[in-house]
Amino acid sequence: MSLTYLEAIREAQARALRDDPRVIIYGQDVGAFGGAFKATKNLAGEFPGRVMDAPISEDAIVGAAIGAAIEGMRPIVEMQFADFSTVGFNQIVNQAATLFWRTQVPCPITVRLPFGGTSGSGPFHSQSLETIYAHYPGLVVMTPATVEDAYSMLLEAVAIDDPVIFCEHKYLYYHLKADKLPTEAVPTGKARIARAGRDLTIVAYSAMVHEALAVAEELKTEGHEIEVVDLRSVKPLDTDTVMASVARTGRLLCVGESWPWGGVTAEVVARVATEGFALLDAPPMRLNAKDTPVPYHPNLWAAHRPTARSIAAAARKLLRQ
Amino acid sequence: MVQAADSVAVRFRPVAAGTAVFSELCTSAFRWMLLARLLDEKFASLYRAGKIHGGVFLGRGQEALSVATALALRPGDVFAPLIRDAAGRLAFGDTALDAARTYLGSALGPMRGRDGNVHRGKPREGLLPMISHLGAMISVVNGILLARRLKGIQGTVGAASIGEGATSTGAFHEALNQAAIEKLPLVLVVANNHYAYSTPTSRQFACDSLVDKAAGYGVAGHRVDGTDLEACLKTLQHAADQARAGRGPQLVVAKLLRLCGHGEHDDAGYIDPKLKTSPVGRDCLKVAEEFLLQQRWADAATIAAWRKEKTHEVEEAVTAAQREPTPDPYEEDWTALSSGQLREGNE
Ligand SMILES: Cc1ncc(C[n+]2csc(CCOP(=O)(O)OP(=O)(O)O)c2C)c(N)n1
Repeated sequence: MSLTYLEAIREAQARALRDDPRVIIYGQDVGAFGGAFKATKNLAGEFPGRVMDAPISEDAIVGAAIGAAIEGMRPIVEMQFADFSTVGFNQIVNQAATLFWRTQVPCPITVRLPFGGTSGSGPFHSQSLETIYAHYPGLVVMTPATVEDAYSMLLEAVAIDDPVIFCEHKYLYYHLKADKLPTEAVPTGKARIARAGRDLTIVAYSAMVHEALAVAEELKTEGHEIEVVDLRSVKPLDTDTVMASVARTGRLLCVGESWPWGGVTAEVVARVATEGFALLDAPPMRLNAKDTPVPYHPNLWAAHRPTARSIAAAARKLLRQ
Repeated sequence: MVQAADSVAVRFRPVAAGTAVFSELCTSAFRWMLLARLLDEKFASLYRAGKIHGGVFLGRGQEALSVATALALRPGDVFAPLIRDAAGRLAFGDTALDAARTYLGSALGPMRGRDGNVHRGKPREGLLPMISHLGAMISVVNGILLARRLKGIQGTVGAASIGEGATSTGAFHEALNQAAIEKLPLVLVVANNHYAYSTPTSRQFACDSLVDKAAGYGVAGHRVDGTDLEACLKTLQHAADQARAGRGPQLVVAKLLRLCGHGEHDDAGYIDPKLKTSPVGRDCLKVAEEFLLQQRWADAATIAAWRKEKTHEVEEAVTAAQREPTPDPYEEDWTALSSGQLREGNE
């Protein structure tokens, strides 16, 4: 059996629905149609009444999920694209994220965001929004990079009592495959050493992990051993694992697909610089997308976000210092 | 507490105009209105004395509509009040003490000093704690109603309050449309008090009456004189009954006037004096009092005794809240997550 990242997400939802009667799925076209990406394929048929088509009303979709959560359900919301979650932003950051803190009543909703660039998708179907959600207290932000994590972290997201923003990368949907579903998993909040090395640490998450791994492979032929840290969740952010890696390598490059102002890469660099300055043999570096909307044309798109090529160039520069 | 006894006794019996039970409902409603008015006035005076952090927002002039909304509900129902709902909150089960605690920042209140003034509630008891963002509570009520349906629980009604200003939000539109699609037992109560802060209705909507919107959403619409307690009780009871009977969302639009500033910081100098002297500017508490007297459901002495009793209740609540501890920053856990294992350290 072989399974894609997307199929793992579908399987995780099927299992969540099967194991827990409190789980429901709500989103546009998720019912009989099975979702824009088919992440809920056949689920409406298998679990009648629990996989519900929603109107194009992101605010009300999230609001209703919050209400259902107050009532003891475990709703999974599918945003058709991460980009449209901004229409439901208020409910996510002001209602869901504050509920427990204000009232001690938890808000166990999972909001699935199909995110990240695929060429040809343009400015409004390509965004990476993990940064803005991570900024708000009260939210957990997951960014799985592997099929196994897509599966186990989504199950964990549903089980967690807090609102979870589940960022699933659209490029990985079809490009990643695994032989089987995991039976156990590292808990959320723990980063993973995706590849061990001693010369340079590349910290990445989601699709960028695979670009970083390609770079590590390439630079091996030049005699460098690169360590790749997969953050898995950007909030909580596993500073300990990052710091321990930098202690081994003395060099840090942090890569993210979202925009350069602030964000996950800035946060990682800031934490290492403030808490682990003495561990660094060279100034830390960060790579992000360019500070423009995400372009449509593949020529522009490929140059907009970090790629194995631009990461390799940055890594070489850092290794020379 | 006296309050609980007051409402529950009357709330469940079927009500028809002119019956003894309706007289009980009216007097009960009046007593809640009186308590709300006196509590509001107390908060206003505490505000003027500098004893309250942050703003004070009153429901003066809107008590009849607010109490009627709550009294149309039963235990197990859901209520999402807004800033002008002092009366409805109390009738639904909120207490003068919790109101005072939230305004005065008691650590023992439902919000423990983390949120203040009208931002209080107990979601598990069906009383939703409003966030400031107007329109946002309606879909949350929808979600609770949807979940009840999924769980096979029948007969729940959810009521949400909204001002005419907030009918202009996308959230209002999305939520009412959502409720209509799902045919949810939602009673959406619009208090058209003619001003959203300083903005008159002419800058808010262009339809003749907000109730016209009901047809557009495919829901039932009701209009009511928000200054008239009797009319409010009957209309809201009818709307809740319709919702409970499975006839889908009910949009109730009441006309009235806010008889105070937007908050106590606001002198409301923008309110058209002609409106104040028009029927819409009547004080619903006075109208209700006159109605009770005229029906002989209460006499002046009884009403004076109620006023005394409620004044005492307010004083007791405020005094108790003032004696309670305030939140201690060193005792705070400073985390917004309930999952301990996912908490990040604070600097
Ligand atoms: C989405 C949103 N925008 C702005 C505000 C600021 N605000 C608070 S109350 C208010 C006026 C509300 O008017 P209305 O809905 O008519 O209710 P009323 O105050 O008259 O009861 C405004 C603009 C807000 N709370 N939420």
